[in-house]
Amino acid sequence: MADSIIRIRQARKRFGAVEALRGVDLEVARGEVVLVVGPSGSGKSTLLRAVNRLETLSSGEIWVEDTCVTSARADIRRIREEVGMVFQSFNLFPHLTVTENLALAPTLVKGEPTAAVLQRAEALLARVGLSDKAHAYPDQLSGGQQQRVAIARALAMQPKIMLFDEPTSALDPEMIKEVLDVMLDLAREGMTMLVVSHEMGFARAAADRVVFMDEGLVVEAGPPAALFEHPQEERTRRFLDHIL
Amino acid sequence: MTALGPAGDGMRGRPLADPASAMHLNESSLIPGDRETLAAWKIAFFGAIALTLALPLFRPHPFLEILAFVPEGLTATFTVTLASIGLALVLGLLAGLGRIARTTVINRIATVYVEVVRGIPLLVQLFYIYYALGPLLHLNGLLSAIAALSICYGAYLAEIFRAGLQSIPKGQMEAALALGLSRTQALWRVILPQTIRVILPPIGNEFIALLKDSSLVSILAVSDLLRRGREYASTSFDYLEAYTVVALIYLIMTLFFSRLVGLLEERLRTHGRQHH
Repeated sequence: MADSIIRIRQARKRFGAVEALRGVDLEVARGEVVLVVGPSGSGKSTLLRAVNRLETLSSGEIWVEDTCVTSARADIRRIREEVGMVFQSFNLFPHLTVTENLALAPTLVKGEPTAAVLQRAEALLARVGLSDKAHAYPDQLSGGQQQRVAIARALAMQPKIMLFDEPTSALDPEMIKEVLDVMLDLAREGMTMLVVSHEMGFARAAADRVVFMDEGLVVEAGPPAALFEHPQEERTRRFLDHIL
Repeated sequence: MTALGPAGDGMRGRPLADPASAMHLNESSLIPGDRETLAAWKIAFFGAIALTLALPLFRPHPFLEILAFVPEGLTATFTVTLASIGLALVLGLLAGLGRIARTTVINRIATVYVEVVRGIPLLVQLFYIYYALGPLLHLNGLLSAIAALSICYGAYLAEIFRAGLQSIPKGQMEAALALGLSRTQALWRVILPQTIRVILPPIGNEFIALLKDSSLVSILAVSDLLRRGREYASTSFDYLEAYTVVALIYLIMTLFFSRLVGLLEERLRTHGRQHH
């Protein structure tokens, strides 16, 4: 793909005796929404975390736009400014209010003027439906609200790419929808998204492509309808039987 | 340990009679323990104050003279305690950060410091700095005392800082890094503010321990509380009376501060914004 914004080539990652990634190739086009599914231990979270180098690869290359993330000389902080990340456990900063959570990185990392950042924070909170929680602390929010704040916090850096690492796995069922709605909205707006999740509803509604991983490898990939209805590989079929 | 130990101490060994009381304990299980330790604290604290006031009333001689003479040592006691806790906090923070540093050399230095200092009795360290290194360093008693106490408590505080830093969930650092913060920025703006909430009570306890240990400096000719008592006793031979007053003053101070620490702990527990 000529217009790939993320290019992963032969990514390998070894944790001691375990090989979490065994040579993964994956490209994500600008504006594309890619959902990565697979059994636990398939390496999907490791792959996602390698994109902003929270995990360093044992070998292989990852490019974000025209910067090689895996190069030791890469300015990783510059790349992380462009790549937002949302975690399974939200990881909001508990000692800061919601607004302070949103404003910390733009003011500290980018040195943006506080007034502009606060204005953007306000708009983002309105967008995720949490304007009334601007001055609340994270522990005063439900899980779904925390995750929406976490998405807004990542967006406050105005990234070009958003990574989602099982964003709804830690949520009570009734809170999943409010988070997925925000993600759906983001996808419609054209954000490039790489999402590790088993939310099939989200996949059908928003994903351009679903990638099935198992044992550190990409087994097959394709548009959600095709992959879900007509999986080519036996392993994919068995996995889908479990979750659909 | 302080008078107000970890909440819940007081209820240990108490049988849970009926389900209703068990449920009550379960729902707010910290309260009965607090209430009992608080009662014990009140007896000790107000008892000590009453005794300090009553003794000179019933026996003006020698207690009035002792009370006029001994408290002058409080200046030295507090000078040593405050200067030492201040320096120990700086040393402890640096060594605590060193203990979790990824650079091997820094990590090794911090770890060796903590292990060596914690392995030598404080009294020996005092003698070492004052007598053994005295000719070299030209430190007077007061400065030697502050140096020894700071170095010693720095090592203990380092372990408190290390444990506090490590108690912050790994996801906090990851979230900060993912947002583009440097490790240093993440440490100062995200990790340390949370650590301080966690370690304030144990630091308060170390402060109380240091206040008590500051009495060791009386050996180095520093006129602290204990030294003043000793000086009075050695001229009047009223050993029982002089040391009773010294003990009462220490007791009142430590009980006062331990209650402060207890209140702080309570505040952090009820209003603390802890990550779950």
